[in-house]
Order: sequence, then structure tokens, then C-alpha cells
Amino acid sequence: MAKPTTDKLKNAAAVREPEYPLTTMAVVAPIVGWLIPGAGHILLKRYGRGILLMISVVAMFVIGLGMQGRIYKPNGGDILDILGFVGDLGSGALYFLARIQGWGDLMAANAAADYGKTFLIVAGLLNYIAAADAHHIALGKKP
Amino acid sequence: MSINLSHFSAAVVFAVFASIVFGITQRNTTMEMVKYGLYCFALFVGGVFVAGWVMALIRR
Repeated sequence: MAKPTTDKLKNAAAVREPEYPLTTMAVVAPIVGWLIPGAGHILLKRYGRGILLMISVVAMFVIGLGMQGRIYKPNGGDILDILGFVGDLGSGALYFLARIQGWGDLMAANAAADYGKTFLIVAGLLNYIAAADAHHIALGKKP
Repeated sequence: MSINLSHFSAAVVFAVFASIVFGITQRNTTMEMVKYGLYCFALFVGGVFVAGWVMALIRR
């Protein structure tokens, strides 16, 4: 008679997760999705999802700028400033466009500007999630 | 361009867009995405009301 632990090991081997080989698209789609919000999904022919993601991230970014939110620059100072930069960078091309145009440079000290700063950071963080989702779709982990 | 939103309207706009992204990225089928998006939106807005009441009660 087999020991219960041996049976468990056999069952674990039998229900092993399928492997998802890394493809070119699984690398390209998240990068494109990061640079142009929603474009990773559009590249994978998930047009509806891609357009909705694009609208959501771009709208949050534009509203954040409209509320005089501040754009973080690369910095090595306070940890919150570094994290703010990482969040802002998630918006990809929008971030670089804002930096080139000088948008979000002013330091308004009011509540709306604080909300705006949060909108800008969250737009970037949501875009990171969208890019990771594009990666999973390209791998075949998600329909 | 200048956008002036109150704290509440900013929270609702935030909830709308965050819920859309959460719904799309965290579920697999269209119906599940819609349901999860609505669930997240309800939690966001509900959280605003709960936090608002908690702060109002603390202030008293």
C-alpha cells in the first residue's frame, strides 16, 4: 500500500500547471501597452478592452494634469518622490510627452493639485496592470 | 486647461476609471468583467461614504 504522502506527490505531478512558453508577442505586447496605454490589447486583437483601457488611463492622466497635478522627475531623494516617479512613468509616452511639453511642472499648493498628482500616479499604476494583462493574454494564460 | 472637481466628484471619477481597468484586467469573461467592475465601483464609492461618516463622527 502506498503511503498517503506518495499519493499526494503523484497527484501534484498529475495536476501540474500547463507551461506557457515565452513568445515574441508576450514581450512586445506589454511594452507597446506601456508606451501607448491600451495598445498592447489592441495589438492582441482585444479591441474593446484596449479602447476602454486607453480611455481610462488617458482620461485619468488628462484630468490629473487639468487639476494642476505635479509630474515627478527622476530623483534620488525621498522614497515617496521616487515612488511617485515610478508611478508617473507607468503612463509611458504620456509621461514623456508631459515632460517634453513642460506640463505638470508647476507646484500648486491646493487640494485639487494634490488630487491631480494622485490621478497622474494612479493612471501610471493602472497602465502597469494593463501591460501585465496584455502579457498574460499573449502567453495564453487569459482569453 | 483647468479642471475643478470637488473631493467627492474627484473620488467618483477616480472610481469609474479604476473600476474599468480592474474589471478588464482581473477577470476572464465579459460578464465577469462587468460584474467585477461594478463591484469595485460600489466598493470605491461606498468606501468614500463610510470614510466620510467616520471622519464626520470623529470631528464631533
